Amino acid sequence: MLYREAGQYKTSYAADVGVFPLREDRIGLAVVLLIAFVVLPLTANEFMLQAVLIPFLVFSLAAIGLNILTGYTGLVSLGTGAFMGVGAYACYKLSTAFPAINILVWIVLSGFVSCAVGVLFGLPSLRIKGFYLAVATLAAQFFLQWCFVRLPWLYNYNPSGAIEVPSRTLFGIHVTGASATPTTRYYIALIIVIIITWIVSNLVHGRVGRSFMAVRDMDIAAQLIGIRLLRTKLLAFAVSSFITGVAGAMMVFLWLGAAEADAFNINQSFVILFMVIIGGLGSLIGSFLGAALIYIMPIIVRAAPESFGLTIGAATVEHLTYLITGALIIFFLIVEPLGLARLWQIGKQKLRVWPFPY
Amino acid sequence: MKLKTSLLALAATTALTAFAVPAAQAEDSVFVPLFTYRTGPFAGSGIFIADGMHDYLTMLNERDGGIGGVKIAVEECETGYDTKKGLECYEAVKPKNPVMVNPWSTGITLPLIPRAAVDKIPILSMAYGLSASAQGDTFPWIFNPPDTYWDGFSQIIKFIAAQEGGLDKLKGKKIGYIYLDAGYGREPLPFLDQLSKELGFEAKLYPVPAAEMQNQSAQWLNVRRDRPNYIIMYGWGAMQPTAIKEAVKTNYPMDKFISIWWPSEDDARGAGDGAKGFKMLNWHGSTPDFPVIKDVQKYVVDAGKSQSPKEKVGTTLYNRGVYNSMLIAEAIRTAQQVTGKKVVTGEDVRRGLEDLNIDAARLKALGMEGFTGPIKLSCSDHNGHRPTFVQQWDGSKYVKVSDWIEPLSDKVRPLLQADAKAYAEKNAPWPARTEACDARS
Repeated sequence: MLYREAGQYKTSYAADVGVFPLREDRIGLAVVLLIAFVVLPLTANEFMLQAVLIPFLVFSLAAIGLNILTGYTGLVSLGTGAFMGVGAYACYKLSTAFPAINILVWIVLSGFVSCAVGVLFGLPSLRIKGFYLAVATLAAQFFLQWCFVRLPWLYNYNPSGAIEVPSRTLFGIHVTGASATPTTRYYIALIIVIIITWIVSNLVHGRVGRSFMAVRDMDIAAQLIGIRLLRTKLLAFAVSSFITGVAGAMMVFLWLGAAEADAFNINQSFVILFMVIIGGLGSLIGSFLGAALIYIMPIIVRAAPESFGLTIGAATVEHLTYLITGALIIFFLIVEPLGLARLWQIGKQKLRVWPFPY
Repeated sequence: MKLKTSLLALAATTALTAFAVPAAQAEDSVFVPLFTYRTGPFAGSGIFIADGMHDYLTMLNERDGGIGGVKIAVEECETGYDTKKGLECYEAVKPKNPVMVNPWSTGITLPLIPRAAVDKIPILSMAYGLSASAQGDTFPWIFNPPDTYWDGFSQIIKFIAAQEGGLDKLKGKKIGYIYLDAGYGREPLPFLDQLSKELGFEAKLYPVPAAEMQNQSAQWLNVRRDRPNYIIMYGWGAMQPTAIKEAVKTNYPMDKFISIWWPSEDDARGAGDGAKGFKMLNWHGSTPDFPVIKDVQKYVVDAGKSQSPKEKVGTTLYNRGVYNSMLIAEAIRTAQQVTGKKVVTGEDVRRGLEDLNIDAARLKALGMEGFTGPIKLSCSDHNGHRPTFVQQWDGSKYVKVSDWIEPLSDKVRPLLQADAKAYAEKNAPWPARTEACDARS
């Protein structure tokens, strides 16, 4: 009823192959963007922006990055945390070495450093697959994290061993550092995420994305129809590490403000892998849903007892959060093993035929 | 069916967001958030500290009705020693106007350092965090009394020198340094390098990666090969009991094994009888035999208001928490005196911290006579650089075995100054200090 495609005629091929063929989808997207750009910054308090929305955007972007590799191309990676670290350290080095160039340029360009490192560690992917590739990327994780600790050049020989975000401006407004308001940083993160999502969406719906999926579904068949495996796999590694690198730079520069090497540990890689799996492999909207479920849900669960007027010890709340979050993750995986994105798809299908299911 | 149930679950979880509004803060109290970690890999150290901090502030509320007639609103936020969660805690407590923040993690302290001046919330990182933040001229909002890690390192070196009969006798000795291979453990490295050149001893490094804290056989194999005359440890969490156990296994002479101030009784007890003789730095009592601890026992523990097991009250790290809370309370009290207000703000407490002067008479009034030494902070010195002593494990408790050892201030101070300057340069434009100095005393 609400979600009806009857009467929506396509008059061109371009309209027919559009990413959002339904008018309802386009309206929905516009509403989401309106909420993100206008409603949230106006209504959300500082906690909401700083501790919920900005990290959500960062993790969504990282999840999109990993989804390219794992979801679309079928290459399991456990090195996401480290690739985010490469982006963050690259951005720190570039921005401290050339402070005159705008920080936003460096945030985006640092993705290319991560991209190069990603391609390097992606080389074995031609020979090894599945769990074995996961182990190879695990090696990348440990090696890069070792570099973050052991190469003092990377953190400018700071005695604290951490990278600290300097204050930088854009058109006279602080965009990084302590003086930057959460609203400014939220907008920047939002714009970067939207642009990259748009590019990725075009990429995965085009020839490149199809070759990724062909490799994922059966690489021998893909090879037989003329897809060059090494190039495709390396391209997947490159795109994926570029995006995770940007996400890492955003994490430090727009969210945390300073980071030790430990911020990019193996747990970070796992968290993002879980986001991709629970959100839905091979789905952009799934990356956002997965990030929301894994990152935002514990915050809600943690805040819940206090808002009901219950006073529970901080540690007990933490234990409860682990229990409830874990239980909910398992619950969602049982009702829909293909992830939240699949749940969204089924819901859409039901709405299309409602109220006359057949 | 499946879709319906999952949609219901989704709706239920999102509905909870509507309630997630922080409760309003009562007007006639000062809000002190405590960042604690009773969960996670460092809980073994964190629980004692959390209990000590919490219980002392509760005791002040119960015994004196707060500070200067104003109740202290204490609220714990669980960080799990995780930087991201710590920052979430910071954002959660910020709207409630905290008078200060105690991050209890170097990782959480570092991102908060530039924010403190913007948010007007002072940070008390007690003997951890960024050493250079001792320089109040550069870091007006950060305080790290009573010692920096460089002070601590120089005190251990001085203690070793006293065993050998003077600093000049260190020439040709081998001193091992086993440390957590993270910012904290690496901080003393340039200082160690400088000292080894000046004093002529040979430094042997044994880094322990954070992921390998509980597996140190490789490092101790090297110790067995190198046979250093002394070993200094900078560890935390599970690294410490593991190192002590490995030292016992390696038959390393325990009285030559000296740690910075973070091990607890349990860390040494776990290694059994062999751990006897293990030494560590400290600056306060590690028994319950002080009036202040007796009061905590009377008003809080016996009244069932503490989460701490009774036998742990008065142990080293519990008392560390008590000491930290004493600094919080005294800073608030000083702020009340300086401003004449009863309900103080973060800006007032920053002045209170700079004017902090806990002399022997005040310690006696606090019930801390003999518990710790006096401490005085100033606008330029946010640390105090207090002397510490060495205590030794006798198999059941730590016993004080040395006099108070002053740090090698003439060597530490230039390092701090240079480091603070470098920090300000690297983080340019670093705001210059605009906060006026009271200079009350």
